[in-house]
Amino acid sequence: MGLAKRIIPCLDVTAGRVVKGTNFVDLRDAGDPVEIARRYDEQGADEVTFLDITASSDQRDIILHIVEACAAQVFIPLTVGGGVRSVADVRRLLNAGADKVSMNTAAVENPDLVAEASAKVGNQCIVVAIDAKQQAPDAWQVFTHGGRKNTGIDAVAWARRVQALGAGEILLTSMDRDGTRNGFDLSLTRAISGAVDIPVIASGGVGNLQHLADGVSTGHADAVLAASIFHFGEFTVREAKEYMRKQGIEVRL
Amino acid sequence: MTTPISGKGAIVVIDYGMGNLRSVWQALVRVAGSRTVLVSADPAVVESAERVVFPGQGAMPDCMREIEARGLRSAVLNAARTKPFLGICIGQQMLFEHSEEGNVPGLGVFKGDVRRFPADKMNDDAGNKLKVPHMGWNEVRQVLKHPLWNGITDGSRFYFVHSYHVDPADKTCVVGTTDYGLPFTSAVARDNIFAIQCHPEKSAAAGLAMLANFVGWQP
Repeated sequence: MGLAKRIIPCLDVTAGRVVKGTNFVDLRDAGDPVEIARRYDEQGADEVTFLDITASSDQRDIILHIVEACAAQVFIPLTVGGGVRSVADVRRLLNAGADKVSMNTAAVENPDLVAEASAKVGNQCIVVAIDAKQQAPDAWQVFTHGGRKNTGIDAVAWARRVQALGAGEILLTSMDRDGTRNGFDLSLTRAISGAVDIPVIASGGVGNLQHLADGVSTGHADAVLAASIFHFGEFTVREAKEYMRKQGIEVRL
Repeated sequence: MTTPISGKGAIVVIDYGMGNLRSVWQALVRVAGSRTVLVSADPAVVESAERVVFPGQGAMPDCMREIEARGLRSAVLNAARTKPFLGICIGQQMLFEHSEEGNVPGLGVFKGDVRRFPADKMNDDAGNKLKVPHMGWNEVRQVLKHPLWNGITDGSRFYFVHSYHVDPADKTCVVGTTDYGLPFTSAVARDNIFAIQCHPEKSAAAGLAMLANFVGWQP
């Protein structure tokens, strides 16, 4: 027995509210990120991720209050991403109670930010999110700005680079699969996971529990992230774990 | 300048400027009942504390440097000699004599070294590569009985994030072990000291139970 594969529910938050619908039984307020995070904790989630998709900059600080409230009630690791552009942003989120901070576009535009942030707060706190799209068989490129802009950078090379810069973990999203419910891009996941020594979280495309299991067994992901299958109450995190355990995957139950 | 508060009767989390202590503080507050939990960088507050938590994250050389720079060394050592003392993560590692990370000396409360997970051992039974840092939930085997294990099932999973682990010279202090490529020491204890590699403040029910045990511990 050893390290468990992690299951991480992800919440899209804007202006303090969870955007995608949730369907928990007897939840007082289905839009409250803290209440939902607590519910996932009760179900046995290994971590929770908040993705702040707040567009307007004057509402950006709202996420800090949410993180503070969450850290006071949920005693599992909390990752926060979205709009992180500077070491000061990283520090503010960590001081509010985040355990890890994820950066995406800013890391591509300014790779020194990864190095600088990691040197200041330790690589265990720095996650680099990579949004990748397939360009040819076994070739993926990095996209930024929520998948709208092709950087032309090879995803595998970028993964190696961010590891060298000091990232402690990679959150890998397939832009081809995101929202499709057709499962992870397993070739992409496997290519990135095999290219680095730091943990890789697979994301994008989960539609059923087998997809989660495949991400680990075939994709070689160290953790799997999903949003909608948990939000809409189709499956609980516990059910996902029980399913994975039956397939011989080590999980925390 | 604010007037230094006394740590008398309080659980004091030692703050030496290395990262966020809010999680540790929050988790202790959750289990401390009516007891006061303080986060302090003031050696006098640490000296007057009833019990002390010595956390840590980041790189051990930076942590050691900050402890020296803030004049906390003797307060930490006194606490480790005299009162219930809980080391967490780098706070465990710093209690040892030496670390491979940056090749720095530690506080020498326990004999032994802090070693990096060896690259040639980082494979699981199926031959898959094991990632470093060792990040996530792993099992802690309670190899010796200890009051801080009370009510926690042997083999419970705790949350780890680290690339180095302690290697005590005297194995009689080992109270917990964990497997990651190799079996390593994940918890040590002696007299009034208990120190653990994982993060109880991030380990859900098992972690809170351990912190509650620490709050009530009378070594």
